[in-house]
Amino acid sequence: MTTTESGYAAGVRVGLGVGVPTFVMGVTFGAMAHSLGWGTLAPVACSLLVFSGSAQFALATTLAGGGGVALAVGAAAMINARFLPMGVAVASDLKGGRLRRALEGQAIVDASWAAAHEGDGRYDREKMISATLVQAPAWIVGTLVGVLTAPSDEIIHRFALDVVFPAFFLLLLIDELRESVRARWVAAMAAVLAAALTMVVPVGLAIVGSGAAALMGLRAVVR
Amino acid sequence: MSTLWIAILLVALVSFTIKAAGPAIVGDRSLPPRAAGVIALFAPALLAGLVVTDFAGPGWTNADWTIAAGLSVAGVAYLLRAPVLVCVALAVLATALLRIA
Repeated sequence: MTTTESGYAAGVRVGLGVGVPTFVMGVTFGAMAHSLGWGTLAPVACSLLVFSGSAQFALATTLAGGGGVALAVGAAAMINARFLPMGVAVASDLKGGRLRRALEGQAIVDASWAAAHEGDGRYDREKMISATLVQAPAWIVGTLVGVLTAPSDEIIHRFALDVVFPAFFLLLLIDELRESVRARWVAAMAAVLAAALTMVVPVGLAIVGSGAAALMGLRAVVR
Repeated sequence: MSTLWIAILLVALVSFTIKAAGPAIVGDRSLPPRAAGVIALFAPALLAGLVVTDFAGPGWTNADWTIAAGLSVAGVAYLLRAPVLVCVALAVLATALLRIA
């Protein structure tokens, strides 16, 4: 995703590039939510209002796994906690007062943020915003298509659409693993924790529990 | 209002706040190193937890070796620097072919 191009046009190109997988994931989310009995409006509203694949995925998985609202919101919040340091990183490159910066911060999504990074902690504001503006309709329309076509479990299984979501998040995970040795240790601990917890507690609690690995990772470093 | 809508609205509110916080409050300053360290590690931890729990499902009832194979193909392809879309397509292809076989 590295490119020397900058500005709005470069962002549109980034957005079109990730627009296709975003659309496919939107369809998968819509189909999944529909199969969980969310109806038509709720999945689309969710994609419009939450606008975060990983958080929506965590929300749906947790509710379906028998977790309550608190667990579902907790799991989604923890998975989206990564946007906090991303927001801090990009903050000085945004424009305007607090309110405008807060609104511009909504353009932070994984692919756009990563593509907008120019190195040395500087970010291309226009590139990030336009990349996100292009991805947004792909995500929302994809969700609507997933809900309306409501592919049966049999179709989803035959065409292996159930592998799209975990595959995409596996790739995001690999990006994180490339960051540091510490990230690799933390991810390994989290995977073991999640694998064990899933045996005994609802899925949402297992996801939140795996977040404890981050705290253990920091302790290991401080020591 | 149903549980589902309450959950959706709360998650939307939380997501908005998280994304708004950095730009609006922190501005040019940076977080304390320890706080930034933990937050940075949330992403690998939770992504790993998400992938594992999605694969396993409640009580490991969803575990499916064709999915495991598809994910392996995607992971290897990505490590070999294949683009995201290609990796996901390969995962779908591998899993679908294994299910026919």
